[in-house]
Amino acid sequence: MHPALQGLVTIIIGVGGCVGYFVLSNYLLDRFLLPARAMTADETASRRRIGLIAFFAVPALLVAGLVVMYGDLLSAGGIFRLIVGALVILGLWRLTGFIFAEGPLTAGHNISHANMIRPWLFLFPAILALGLYLTYPVFETLRLSFTQRIPGGYEFVGTANYQQMMSEPKFWEAMRNNMMWLVIVPAMSTVMGLIVAQLTDRISWGNIAKMLIFMPMAISFVGASVIFKLIYDTRPIDQEQIGVLNAIYLSLGGSEPQQWLTLPIWNNFLLMVVLIWIQTGFAMVILSAALRGIPEETVEAAIVDGANPFQIFFKIKVPQIMPTIVVVWTTITLTVLKVFDIVFAMTNGQWGTQVLANYMYNKLFTANDWGVGSAAAMVIMILVSPILIWNVRNARKEMK
Amino acid sequence: MAGLKLTNIAKSYGDVDVLKDINLEIDAGELIVFVGPSGCGKSTLLRMIAGLEKITAGELQIDGRVVNDVPPAQREIAMVFQSYALYPHMTVYDNMAFALKLAKMTKAEIDAAVMKASDILQLTPYLDRLPKALSGGQRQRVAIGRCIVRDPKVFLFDEPLSNLDAALRVATRLEIAQLKESMPDRTMIYVTHDQVEAMTLASRIVVLADKGISQVGSPLDLYERPQNEFVAQFIGSPAMNLFPGKIVGTGEQTTIELEGSHGTVVSAYPSQDGDMGAQVNIGIRPEDMQLSDDTSGFNGVVNVQENLGEVTLLFFTPDTKEAEPVIAKLPGIHRGLKGQTLHMTAEPQKVHVFMNGKSLLYR
Ligand SMILES: Nc1ncnc2c1ncn2[C@@H]1O[C@H](COP(=O)(O)OP(=O)(O)OP(=O)(O)O)[C@@H](O)[C@H]1O
Ligand SMILES: [Mg+2]
Repeated sequence: MHPALQGLVTIIIGVGGCVGYFVLSNYLLDRFLLPARAMTADETASRRRIGLIAFFAVPALLVAGLVVMYGDLLSAGGIFRLIVGALVILGLWRLTGFIFAEGPLTAGHNISHANMIRPWLFLFPAILALGLYLTYPVFETLRLSFTQRIPGGYEFVGTANYQQMMSEPKFWEAMRNNMMWLVIVPAMSTVMGLIVAQLTDRISWGNIAKMLIFMPMAISFVGASVIFKLIYDTRPIDQEQIGVLNAIYLSLGGSEPQQWLTLPIWNNFLLMVVLIWIQTGFAMVILSAALRGIPEETVEAAIVDGANPFQIFFKIKVPQIMPTIVVVWTTITLTVLKVFDIVFAMTNGQWGTQVLANYMYNKLFTANDWGVGSAAAMVIMILVSPILIWNVRNARKEMK
Repeated sequence: MAGLKLTNIAKSYGDVDVLKDINLEIDAGELIVFVGPSGCGKSTLLRMIAGLEKITAGELQIDGRVVNDVPPAQREIAMVFQSYALYPHMTVYDNMAFALKLAKMTKAEIDAAVMKASDILQLTPYLDRLPKALSGGQRQRVAIGRCIVRDPKVFLFDEPLSNLDAALRVATRLEIAQLKESMPDRTMIYVTHDQVEAMTLASRIVVLADKGISQVGSPLDLYERPQNEFVAQFIGSPAMNLFPGKIVGTGEQTTIELEGSHGTVVSAYPSQDGDMGAQVNIGIRPEDMQLSDDTSGFNGVVNVQENLGEVTLLFFTPDTKEAEPVIAKLPGIHRGLKGQTLHMTAEPQKVHVFMNGKSLLYR
């Protein structure tokens, strides 16, 4: 089959599956499990019998069978499986009791119970997918970071991976660079986004300017890296320079073309420029909306009070959009902590430009050292988590 | 001591004229109220005085100085906005102190000014609160306090009470009146929709209509001697009744024959011989209509009767479908007038005569 057709079929199956799941599960809930009508005690008793078999006994037996089938019940893994299995069976028991209550029931009882289950029907696929692809890998990575590959399997090595990582200069280089990225990129992006948002607010071609500045957001990090690689490109001195930076450098009186991406420390900033270029658009769009939201009258009141444009900006406007600035800042910070593509595509961490995510990638997939790679992944996660939590809280406060 | 002088002020947005040829002199210490229908340019005029809106043409003087191109902060004015426009991120104290800090006053001076204002406005307990933790009335007072601390020569208010509920509006109106009394030499300009506010607060009312000033005068002036039909109908509630008619007797007093199945009325307004036979509108306020046995004046059938206790409102069946119903406002309680044919008269001094929309008194 043609790949495009395949893609289309996948989309249809995926979307159809989702729609089918939601429609069917809700239909089942409202039609059979908790129909919106009153029931006599006799009816509930007979329903409960069927429910106990279909909803509790059969699945519970299946789960128990699965647990036993894997065998080895006395090992650590076996006990874990036993506990999980017991919890699932207990959950099924409670759920059955919840749906198939005893005694006569009113329609209101059924409706309210159905409405308590409904959110979970909608949440279930997301919880399952997130659990499988996000939560489980976190724990698995944590486990892997304490193990080491040996021929034919794993062995537990305690914190040896972490110790090895700490003793590598490349790791510390990555930490240092990440910290530099962390300070500079969010600051520059937010500040430039704010300035652009303010400057384009009142001019007639402001929207065109905004569109141009927003455009990099639509480019992938790798695409942006390719563009900037061309900008930083170097040709031997006797040839024409195709890199804009070298062309400018030479025309300003530089003696010979520079290998920009190999200049220590400076090359870090040149990489950061790429991300700033991309993120400024994001910051600008959000902050521009926030600036528009400031009541015009407070600005006019400040004008009457004698504030000059700078005072209006810094003392009236910025404080009023401070919560939004914080959210933008932390959101960019999260992107920065995970930065990988740009470094990978432009220098692959050479010449002192290593960052944590690329370090992890090198360990994991180039050196095939799963232990240290997982340890690096854990370090990234630990760095991201506090900011993530803070960001979510701020965003929630914003919404209220 | 600051009077204002507006000379031929005009405002247009592109080719849309909003205001034209505004001429007005305001003496120091006056409380001037701008009223007019929605969209007539009251806010625009106020904002031009504040300096928030550019003056398209004409000259604005404050205290004898032309201020057309003077920025708002240097016009020695302060403004209360309709939505208060408090700085949401600053405490009540900082809201009031902001202008003073910008003016680089010392901490002690600022403290003294803010304390004095918050004392007057009973805001002292709230100085550390943010605006969002205040009631509507308290926010309003902070907005006024922000003006007072600056001790401006001219206060500008743009519908300051329109966001308050009825009871609070009356209370705050009284507070503003007292505030004015405590600062007799400060000029205030006040925009409102509310007639009661205008009538009670103003030393003079400016009625704006049709891109210009319709009439300027004391509240009672406007009520007793409106210059034109617009002002006559705008001031007073319910609005003045207008009857079409024809002048049939001229001289010291004017006699008018009403159109339709009515008789004649006599007005104390003088007219000239040449006016004989001219088409006019006469205006009589509902509260000036009196019951009488004399059948020679206005006669009508009561269509709707509203008993309010202190007064009774009578709505007469209009002569034609399009015409506004004539309304009479009788003091006290009257029962069972609905459906009856009544004869009404008015004292000659209370009968206004408008020729081409203009009052005969002012020609
Ligand atoms: N920026 C603008 N561009 C074009 N026309 C405008 C602009 N601002 C105001 N106007 C027009 O100017 C006129 C006067 O507006 P203004 O706000 O002064 O009315 P107002 O008398 O204060 O009305 P209200 O009593 O409803 O507050 C209105 O007809 C309005 O449509
Ligand atoms: Mg207005």
